[in-house]
Formats: sequence, C-alpha cells, structure tokens
Amino acid sequence: MKSLGLETLGRRFMDLAEMLGAAALMLKSVVFWLFRSGLETGEVVKQAVKIGVDSITVTALTSFFTGMVLALQMGHSMKNLFNEPMYVGTMVAFSMLKELGPVLTSIVVAGRAGAVVTAEIGTMKVTEQIDALYTLGTNPTRYLLVPRYIAFMVMLPLLTVFADFIGVLGGCLVAVMKLGVPVTVYKSDILTYLTISDFMHGVLKTYFFAFMIATVSCYKGMATKGGAEGVGKSTTEAVVISMVLVMVLDYFISAALVAVGI
Amino acid sequence: MIEISKLNMAFGEKIVLKDISVGIKEGELFSVIGPSGIGKSTFIKCVIRLLTPDSGSIVVDGQDIASTKSEFTLARVRRSFGYLFQEGALFDSLSVLENVSFGLRYLTDIPRSEYPRIVKEKLALVGLKGVEQLKPAELSVGMKKRVSLARSIAAEPKYILYDEPTTGLDPVTTGMVKDLITDMRAKLGVTSIVVTHDMKLALDISSRVAMLYGGAFVEVSEPAAFRNSENKAVREFMEISHLSRDGRRHI
Repeated sequence: MKSLGLETLGRRFMDLAEMLGAAALMLKSVVFWLFRSGLETGEVVKQAVKIGVDSITVTALTSFFTGMVLALQMGHSMKNLFNEPMYVGTMVAFSMLKELGPVLTSIVVAGRAGAVVTAEIGTMKVTEQIDALYTLGTNPTRYLLVPRYIAFMVMLPLLTVFADFIGVLGGCLVAVMKLGVPVTVYKSDILTYLTISDFMHGVLKTYFFAFMIATVSCYKGMATKGGAEGVGKSTTEAVVISMVLVMVLDYFISAALVAVGI
Repeated sequence: MIEISKLNMAFGEKIVLKDISVGIKEGELFSVIGPSGIGKSTFIKCVIRLLTPDSGSIVVDGQDIASTKSEFTLARVRRSFGYLFQEGALFDSLSVLENVSFGLRYLTDIPRSEYPRIVKEKLALVGLKGVEQLKPAELSVGMKKRVSLARSIAAEPKYILYDEPTTGLDPVTTGMVKDLITDMRAKLGVTSIVVTHDMKLALDISSRVAMLYGGAFVEVSEPAAFRNSENKAVREFMEISHLSRDGRRHI
C-alpha cells in the first residue's frame, strides 16, 4: 500500500518533470524562430485581435464594476471611520493600478483568450493540422506559437492600461453620484498621491503574466492528445493553471518589484 | 530515391514497425496495404519524419532524415514532399483558396497574383469548381479529401505520400482520384507512396505492392506477382477484399 503511494507520487513527479522539460523545449523553439526568420505579420495581427480586441468588452465590464465596488466599500468605510469619504480616488486608483487592473485583466485574458488558444491549437493537433504545417514548408512554432506569444505580450499590458482607466472611471462615477465627492477632489486625490512607478508596477507585472499565459496555453494545446475529449481536458487545465499561476506569480513579482523600489 | 533500412518503431510496448527495409525508386508508385490499425500511417509518417523512428535510416536523395536533428535539414527534405492526410487535415480557419495555396507561399517563389489561377487549376483536377471561398466546415467529407489532395499537389512535389486517398469517397470520385494518382506519375514522373486498405486500388495503380503485417513487410512484389502470392496474410487479405487472383472482385 505504502509502495503504491510512493509509486504514484514518483509517477506524478516524473510527469511533472517531463512536462517542464517539454515546455522548456517549446520555449527554446519559440526563441529560435522569433529571431531566425521573418514574422508572420498577418497572423500576429489576427491573434492580437482575437486575444486583445475581442477581450475589450469583458475587460471593460469587469474593471468598471470593480472600480465602482471599490469606491463604494472604501467610501463607506471612510465615512464610518472619519465621517467623510476621504481619499476615495487615491484608494481606487492605487488598488486598480497596482493590483486589480493587472490581476483581473490577466485572469480574464487567461480564461477567454487562453482557452481559445489552447482549444484552437489542440484541435489542430488532434486533426493532424500541425503535421500538415510541417509538410507545407513551415514550422508550427513559427506559424502558430510566435504570433500568439507576441500578441499576448503586446495586448495584455495594453488591456491592463485600459482596465486601469475604466476602473478609475467606474470609481469616479460612484464617488460622485453616491458618495457626493466632487470630481475635482477625486481627480486631485489620484494625481497628488500616485506616482509613475505605481503605474509601472502594475504594467510591468502584466509582461510576466502574458508570458506565462502564452506558455501555458500554447504548451497545453501542443500537448493535446485524444480527440475532442482531449481538447476539452487541455483547455480546462490551461485555464486553471494560468489563473492559479497569475495569483502565485503576482505575490512574488510584487515582492520583487517592491524590493527594487517600483 | 527513398532508401529505408532497418526501420523500427514502437509505441510503448506495442511494436508497430519491425526491421523494415525497402528502396523506392524514382518515378515508382509504391503501395502499402494492410488491415486498419496495422501501422501503415505510422510507416508513411516516418518516411517524412512526422514521427521519429526508434532506429533505422530513411535516406531521401542522399540525406538521412531519421537521425538528423537539424530543423533546417528536415524542412529542406520535406520541401520535396506532398502529403495527403487521411482526414484531410485542412486548416479550419482558412478558406479553400488559402488552404490550397498555403504550400505555394512557403515552398515556391510563385507570385501571389498567380495563386487563384493555380488553385482553380488544381481544384479542377480533383473535380471541384467554385469552392474557393468556402471554409472546410462547409464541405462534405469527400470534398475535404479532394481539396486536401489539391493542396498536396499544388506545389508539384517530387514525392507524394497518400494516406488512404480514397477512403470516404464515392465510386466516381474514387475513379477520379485513382486516375489523378496515376497521371501524376505518368505525366510528371512523381514518385508516390500510397497506403491503403483498398487492395483493388493498390493492385490497379501500383508498380509494386507491399503487405504490412505484424510490423513487417511480409510480401513486396509487382501487382501480378502479388496476386499470386502464397503468403497466408496476403491470401487472407485478398479473400476479405473479395479479390480473385485475376484481380476481379467476387462476392
């Protein structure tokens, strides 16, 4: 019984080692093709639209309501403590720019675009379309993975900046309409206390998140086996792993950025 | 010239190809037959290194592709191949025009303005007209197969590998595909490897037929000799295919 448990543990460990090795090889191939040959510009644009532009609505809704609820909760807490909804703009902007903007946008992108990427590549894998690419004179890494990596790395930071702005706007709406904070006060609360490094703190994190989401989604797609069921399994795994890793990475990257004064 | 020597391939415990050695000459139409799931597709995928064999060599025009680690060498060798996939393997997100012209972009220097004309020409060869703007999802199984065939011959490769070229096709289209395969050889001197479980097709079009059974080629001979083979596996397969020694179908 004990040896069976150890065997299962050992097998899991071997599977994990194999997966990490395969992901590392995939990354090596991505770097190789990124600098080795001309970019598939058309594919990059297509993927940027799929990953970025198509995520605008859901990002906007998520961040707008997050900004609203932040303003509401903080405004009321301040009212209870100081009898005045003080520093609502500062707190909404701090939270949105440094944490909620990047993290929520990354989770939205991992759940929406990450799933699309894994499902698309996974379907291509199980229907021999990846093999077909080899036979038609191109490499799947060059044609499929490199454009997706670039699209994630460009679009996620842009979406985050957009989400920051919308979130602050949502907070402003509640602060003005519900808490009676004048727009000028809300604005000056933000501009007085926020620095460019607060903004950069959030944006820099998204590059790590984008890289991680691209790696997980592409790897899971390329490793898909076993028909439609396999595609579903890979897609679910990619989304779950990406979401968990966003949260885990968030802490460590934030700690590192704080340590270097950003 | 494709020279395969001592090719071995296994999936886990299951041995699929065992010490296979065969030479395929320029302009030859070599067919591999055998029941489904015996390893025919594995064999053809090894020939173009879509699968890496466990051991053995596959020398294509003097270059051993079984052992090379260079992506560029593989890509260069693959340029001389066309491949018809069993299920078509058309790119879902692209139109028929884009699918058929895909290889032209990467394998040739033909200007893009020429693509529509070439695609139209190749589609006509497989009996299709006016489907250029359709997506694969809008095509029937047979049409997909024909578009895939047009894609594999578009760049006019030196070698064409056909994986079950007539499966899922109606009798008229089967005849058309059969003629196309023989024409590619007769008119353009294309070297072809066909894997199929259609014994009649193999015997009708091939210059040599090989029977894959138990991981090995149990018979490799010209169609006439193949029909009269005394090999048990060949005889059984002929019986199952309702083929008599004179090549006629019987019920």
